[in-house]
Amino acid sequence: MAKPPSPEPSPEKGDGFSQYRRKFLAGLAEVGAAGAVAATAAGPARAAWGGSTLQDAMGSLFQDHYQRMSRDEIQAALQRIERKALRKHGVEIHCEDTPPIPGVVFGYALNISKCKGYRDCVAGCLKENNQGRDSQVQYIRVLQMDRGTMNLEQSDHYYDPKAVPVPGKFYLPVQCMQCDNPPCVKACPVNATWKEPDGIVVIDYDWCIGCRYCMTACPYWARHFNWTDPKIPAAEINPNTNYLGNRPRPKGVVEKCHFCTQRTRKGRQPACQEACPTGARVFGNLMDPKSEIRYVLEHKTVFRLKEELGTEPKFWYYTDDRPNGS
Amino acid sequence: MSLFRFIKDGVGEMLRGSPAYWRWLGGLGLVFAVGLFCYVGQLSEGLVVTGMSDQVSWGFYISNFAFLVGIAAAAVLLVIPAYVFHRKDLKAVVLLGEGLAVSAVLCAMLFVVVDLGSPERFWHLIPFIGRFNWPVSLLAWDVLVLNGYLALNLALPFYVHYCHWRGREPVFAFYFPVVVVAMFWAISIHTVTAFLFSANSARPFWNTALLGPRFIASAFVSGPALIIVLMQVIRRVTDYPVQQGVIDTLALVMTVALQISLFFVLAELFTDFYNESSHAGSIRYLYFGLGGLSRLRPWIWSALALNLAAVVILSINPLRRTPKLLNLACVMAFIGIWIEKGMGLVVPGFIPTPLGEIFEYAPTLREIGVSLGIWAFGAIAFTLLAKASIAIELGRLRADPAVQAPA
Repeated sequence: MAKPPSPEPSPEKGDGFSQYRRKFLAGLAEVGAAGAVAATAAGPARAAWGGSTLQDAMGSLFQDHYQRMSRDEIQAALQRIERKALRKHGVEIHCEDTPPIPGVVFGYALNISKCKGYRDCVAGCLKENNQGRDSQVQYIRVLQMDRGTMNLEQSDHYYDPKAVPVPGKFYLPVQCMQCDNPPCVKACPVNATWKEPDGIVVIDYDWCIGCRYCMTACPYWARHFNWTDPKIPAAEINPNTNYLGNRPRPKGVVEKCHFCTQRTRKGRQPACQEACPTGARVFGNLMDPKSEIRYVLEHKTVFRLKEELGTEPKFWYYTDDRPNGS
Repeated sequence: MSLFRFIKDGVGEMLRGSPAYWRWLGGLGLVFAVGLFCYVGQLSEGLVVTGMSDQVSWGFYISNFAFLVGIAAAAVLLVIPAYVFHRKDLKAVVLLGEGLAVSAVLCAMLFVVVDLGSPERFWHLIPFIGRFNWPVSLLAWDVLVLNGYLALNLALPFYVHYCHWRGREPVFAFYFPVVVVAMFWAISIHTVTAFLFSANSARPFWNTALLGPRFIASAFVSGPALIIVLMQVIRRVTDYPVQQGVIDTLALVMTVALQISLFFVLAELFTDFYNESSHAGSIRYLYFGLGGLSRLRPWIWSALALNLAAVVILSINPLRRTPKLLNLACVMAFIGIWIEKGMGLVVPGFIPTPLGEIFEYAPTLREIGVSLGIWAFGAIAFTLLAKASIAIELGRLRADPAVQAPA
């Protein structure tokens, strides 16, 4: 079971050195701003800054780590994100910094007896989370498996029959397990990814340096890299975004499933859960003894993928077969 | 300021040379420029211009990185006998070895930089200003030990050269502690680089305690192989005396290291294949192919053949003492280890993926261009450092021209 995580240190307070660092970064951003004035005088050169004004580009370049930013700095960052989306995609998005709900740790359970391999969860996720379309980043991969084996190496990742389910096969959707002991978080050399108090492993896309060591460390192949600038048709952009969630990403950073922070931190279900037509997905608060997820964990025979690696996934699989005596 | 004059003298010496020297540097500069051009393209379009993918997320760059850290570490093979056992012949070339270490570390670092998706954010790695995840992240460890090794290998020769330039002997009590630290540090850089891979329980191919020892053993093959060839080149193109004892000692070290290295390969093959589990997927892919895909197979068998041929030459005394055969063995072992510890180690770790997908990788032309550029940069760095070093060590470059040896 997931343990209630210890509270994070307050991001507002900084020791003596932290103040100097902050001033230093702000100073660098100001130099950029001064440059921006010069650039405006010289004429618009927007394309050269990846769809930003020079001022915004400098602002994001010298932006501090999410956990170290003050409320004002986060507000400025959110506005930069909104401005950039407007310039780049012509879409007015709304970007929030939704905090985790106290006393909530999210968990997921998936009924593999009910999963028929439709991949509606994959499509629902894509619609929700602003992944690049041509880069084909998908947070969920549904594996078509032969009945009688759990060997992933014999799974089919690109199954394309006339109709699913195919007789003799079962389906195993895999996404980020939001591990309680996440190897990816240990791997990151710059703390760009961490576990939030609600158990979700998030990424600060403005802090990730793109070394991809976390992708190497993840045993579930849950992490994906933006090999080039993610392109999304304006009509397909989801304007309701979150800083540690589905806001548009730049190229050269890693992204992954974040249990739809933009939805779940506001009491909604993740997009994949809503998209599933068979009701195979159960999502909820592990800390609430009356939640459906707790019922599943207590009354079904559940298993976790690669549990032997000690990653403590908060994602369980189960079947409709009941254990004896319940 | 004599320090300033020392640097000015050194740089001046680097910029003085025969037409052949300039042709050599010019050729390397051209390759470097091509690499730079390829890198600019990569910067604007993203790493999509490489052959890497979500499936194989590290490729040719990190392969070269792992190999070059080994080259850098191998400089210690000159440092130990020169400073600890006071071998005169090795002491004469130890400064060149440290120059090689500097060049190799610089290349290794560049290979990491070009592999970054957002290199403009490198400052996030600087402790205090950025956020350095040390001591938890092995990559943070690697950044730390590589920079430390670079500093040590810059500081030590800088001091020794400075003393010689002023016509003095370096003070033992000053440099010896640094030498001792540098010795252990050399082993640490390659151990940490091995741990970077073996730390991943998600990747059974790397997740073995043998990886560290394998890295060290193979580094002590590829490093001496390169130094032996370089020493002969220096003996030929300069008037710097490189004694045969240097080459003989390095050849012996290399022989033993290659024997051990091949034994380690055998141990891995036995353990993985005797009772083949699903953890052997990567090594099966590497040596025999998996799911009909086998792009690395010819590479790894070539590496094995090259290393076996080299070990035969090296292990038979009369053959090893034949200069031409020794050089052949050096070239073969260098390429063999480059494949084995480069693409042969990094890429199969990703195949199959943790979800069992078999997706292959091959570097693109642009990736190869960038890599050649970095190798050229390393060669330029070594040439310049060696040029200044030789002039000082031969006594041609002195603070006081009165005591200058005749050119």
